[in-house]
Amino acid sequence: MGIKTACSGCGAKEWLQPVKDGGGSENPVLRHALGVCSALAVTGFVSTTLVMAASLLFVASMSCLLVSLIRKIIPHQVRLIAQMLIVSTLVIMVHLYLQAYHFEMSRSLGPYVGLIITNCLILGRTEAYAIRNRPLASFLDGFGSALGYAVVLLAIAVMRETLGRGTLLGHAVMPEGYMPVMLLSSAPGAFFALGAVAWIVKAITGNAEPAGGCCATAAGPHEQGGV
Amino acid sequence: MDGSFLGGLAIVFLAAVITNNILLTRFLGMCSFIAISRSMRNAWYMGLTVVFVTVCTALINYGIYFGVLVEGAPLLQTDLTYLTFIIFIAMIAAFVQLVEMIIERFSSRLYSALGIYLPLITVNCAILGVNLFMIEPDMDISFLQSAIYALGSGLGFLLAICLMAGLRSKLEAADVPAPLRGLGITMIITGLMAMAFMGFTGMVQQ
Repeated sequence: MGIKTACSGCGAKEWLQPVKDGGGSENPVLRHALGVCSALAVTGFVSTTLVMAASLLFVASMSCLLVSLIRKIIPHQVRLIAQMLIVSTLVIMVHLYLQAYHFEMSRSLGPYVGLIITNCLILGRTEAYAIRNRPLASFLDGFGSALGYAVVLLAIAVMRETLGRGTLLGHAVMPEGYMPVMLLSSAPGAFFALGAVAWIVKAITGNAEPAGGCCATAAGPHEQGGV
Repeated sequence: MDGSFLGGLAIVFLAAVITNNILLTRFLGMCSFIAISRSMRNAWYMGLTVVFVTVCTALINYGIYFGVLVEGAPLLQTDLTYLTFIIFIAMIAAFVQLVEMIIERFSSRLYSALGIYLPLITVNCAILGVNLFMIEPDMDISFLQSAIYALGSGLGFLLAICLMAGLRSKLEAADVPAPLRGLGITMIITGLMAMAFMGFTGMVQQ
């Protein structure tokens, strides 16, 4: 996980570096296998994916900001619990907002909104970056990681919804008589789609490094080596 | 205690282990599944820890949710369900911490075997997932059923992670294209496993 230090008096380019890294070369889903659970669970439809991605953008950037703001007063031993409480408070806000204004969406996402709390992408960023960096840089780092996550999720969702159901955001987009690939809209299809996206991206970028284990930051040393 | 009562429990159990496998159909616990499934021994210990923690936290959280948080609950009449997430995760984190302390005190051998998995458990979405699925309105399960459901889900995770560890040890000898190594091939194998488990669909009528 790229741990960058924010220097004093950084230019705009350096401030934006975390955003760029999170979206591209340090993509959390593809490079570090973070947050895979919801990447698979919500990508059956583009609409649920958009809501999930927006929720994650909010929670990730705000929790990085908040953790960074109070990083000097959190005792080292209880930092994980403190981070989790911050994240869950933000998730509760998102959940209440969805229940109040988008009830149908909240029903179809079900418990997966609550499961943003255990999305290791967020805890990974707060633990690896926000806990030792300045607020603005941390905010951008969280935002960038979540953006990378959103891009991958959207790619998978567009693939699964158009090919698996012949629709996009609920509108029919495929030509008349198109036979939907049932496999893609089912559970195994989610695994295949993510596998395919990881394969394509790796083939293009040529990154041959093994993906590190998730939640590694929380656990300290973790197993190394590829499959 | 008649036959249909036990039959109902068996259905909840089988559905949780096989047809609604927490990992292969609900996509929960993927992170530790990918990270830990490199060796059979680690997969086995991780799976057992998940079973234990899931059952215990599900029972505790069931009590808290239906005893305190729900509107008109026996202990507090106010609707506190909006606190569900924060209480559940705090409960899980506290429980894991407690177990870690107890194991460390009484069995250093067990502690050295399980020690590294315990912190991972807190952020394992399978645990929180079981707790959250359990309180979904359309689940509507009793205390005993929730225990069986949690046990089944935990065992389903154990089954999947051990199967995966076995497959990955075979895979070491295989010639996988370089870009497909890592996340790609893991996901595709998991997809094949999920397809195999789909074959059980219809076995359990709910």
